[in-house]
Amino acid sequence: MNRPSLSWKLYIAAFYIFLFAPLLVVAIFAFDASPFPSPPWRGFTLEWFVGSGETFGKPGVLVDPIWIDTILNSFKVAIPVALLAVVIGTVNAWVLERAEFPGKTFLSMMMLWPLVIPGVVLGISILAFFSRVANGLEDWLQTDLDVLRPGLPLVVLGQLSFILTISTLIIAARLRKFDRSLEEAAFDLGASRVRVLRTVTLPFLSPALIGAGLVALLMSFENFNTTLMLVGSEAPLPITMYGQMREGASPAINAVSLLLMLGVGGIASVFALTSKSER
Amino acid sequence: MSRKPFQSLTLFLLLAPAILWLGLLIVLPHLEILVLSVSERVAPRVYTFGFGNYLEFFTEPLYWRTFARTAIMSILVTAITLVLAFPIALYIARVAQGRLKAMLLLLCLLPFWVSELVRTLGWMILLRETGVISYMLRAVGLAQQPVELLYNDGAVILGLVYGGLLFMIVPLANALESLEPSVVEAGFDLGGSRWTVLRRIVIPHAMPGIVAGSIIVFMLTVGNFATPVLLGGKNGLWFTEQIYAQFITRFNWPQGAAFGMLLLMLSSAIVWAGLRLTGQSLGSTLKQA
Repeated sequence: MNRPSLSWKLYIAAFYIFLFAPLLVVAIFAFDASPFPSPPWRGFTLEWFVGSGETFGKPGVLVDPIWIDTILNSFKVAIPVALLAVVIGTVNAWVLERAEFPGKTFLSMMMLWPLVIPGVVLGISILAFFSRVANGLEDWLQTDLDVLRPGLPLVVLGQLSFILTISTLIIAARLRKFDRSLEEAAFDLGASRVRVLRTVTLPFLSPALIGAGLVALLMSFENFNTTLMLVGSEAPLPITMYGQMREGASPAINAVSLLLMLGVGGIASVFALTSKSER
Repeated sequence: MSRKPFQSLTLFLLLAPAILWLGLLIVLPHLEILVLSVSERVAPRVYTFGFGNYLEFFTEPLYWRTFARTAIMSILVTAITLVLAFPIALYIARVAQGRLKAMLLLLCLLPFWVSELVRTLGWMILLRETGVISYMLRAVGLAQQPVELLYNDGAVILGLVYGGLLFMIVPLANALESLEPSVVEAGFDLGGSRWTVLRRIVIPHAMPGIVAGSIIVFMLTVGNFATPVLLGGKNGLWFTEQIYAQFITRFNWPQGAAFGMLLLMLSSAIVWAGLRLTGQSLGSTLKQA
């Protein structure tokens, strides 16, 4: 088995072409000087990124308010999700690795549960539950509670429901490797609990904290299924892309996709670097 | 012992986020859709207990056919993904060495960091009637007319298999990594053919990876929304689309909640059956992945 046959090698090559073909065409047609992303090639243009809209009737994505707003909406969701995922994930990891209490096995099983629930079901269940809560509270308090209605805050909660599992697992895995005697040494040298946490434990955890934050940021940016059920009038990027893709093709969508690929590639390489320094 | 109450207070504070998360975002919402799914509307804002929503599912052919179609196609997609991914995982785990190995694995990971919608957009540009593949077929003379490759079951299966590959390759490669080369050699020395060694030694050893990968791919496929809708068009007919239609388009939440429960049951049942058939546990399976 150590000498791979030619057909096996050919299969591997074909497989990687298959893997990259869709991404490649998306990137190439972002520069096509045509109102429709299809061959034949009609010349190179940057109009779909920075154009004023005079040539194709639609402005480039970097100056089009539709796309700028939707990218901002994505950040409005992704940043709180990432921050909360790291903070709550750290506390959860602490509970899983350090605390002893009855029902701990059950709790750790429960934390894995969100991963096996389809995203659409997570979305509708959170939508239905928070609508009931909002209805109850509004009747009782006689005020409007738009926070609990479909919209960006609800999207944050919906995405957190499963991203917390991921961030907890990443941080707990790092905490498990921690050598407790380092903390004990610091205590023996007279450091307070807060100081030990700040100068010994958290620095050790920091690669995992950054890693968990970046993964949460990426997952939030790309989540579609759960988000679709919880959006209101302000749509994050995947929702707008989906809407535009159903309406019809335009190289503007390719241009946004290429920007997304570059952004994701950047975040992923930062993540790869931090996880390498972890070893 | 004055530390005792202090310690239990600390423990309580540390547990609070986890309990709030699992309680408010997972357990109570699922109880809510369970309750919704067994309530029937008798008048505006008046509901009674009943199984009408589930009855509607079994009596309306569109609903249960879409459900069965989603289940069967998802199993098919999982099987195709497994067959396509196995030679790749075997190559990465057993043949490739050093930098080539790291690079092959990284190249597999890259497309999956990119949004599902971008990947689907790529397939749409390739498969469309005016798309790249149709154009190339005409250019080399294999077709006279533009060929529509989009909006059929083949396109849906292709897109879903593409989306599942990574989640199959990684657990498979992890499982194959631990296979002792000497065991494989012993198999050959004892006169086993390539096929016999693969079937009697390699595949049994990879079983935990096969189960883990298959379960993950199946769950992702059943719960997918964008790929079947965009690549299948009107012929997509995926069950998640029915849930969306009931909840968002028709505003019939009890019906949608019943569909959601059915989807959850389907996905849990297949995961459970897969684990039972192969004698694996959920914890060790998730660890594989």
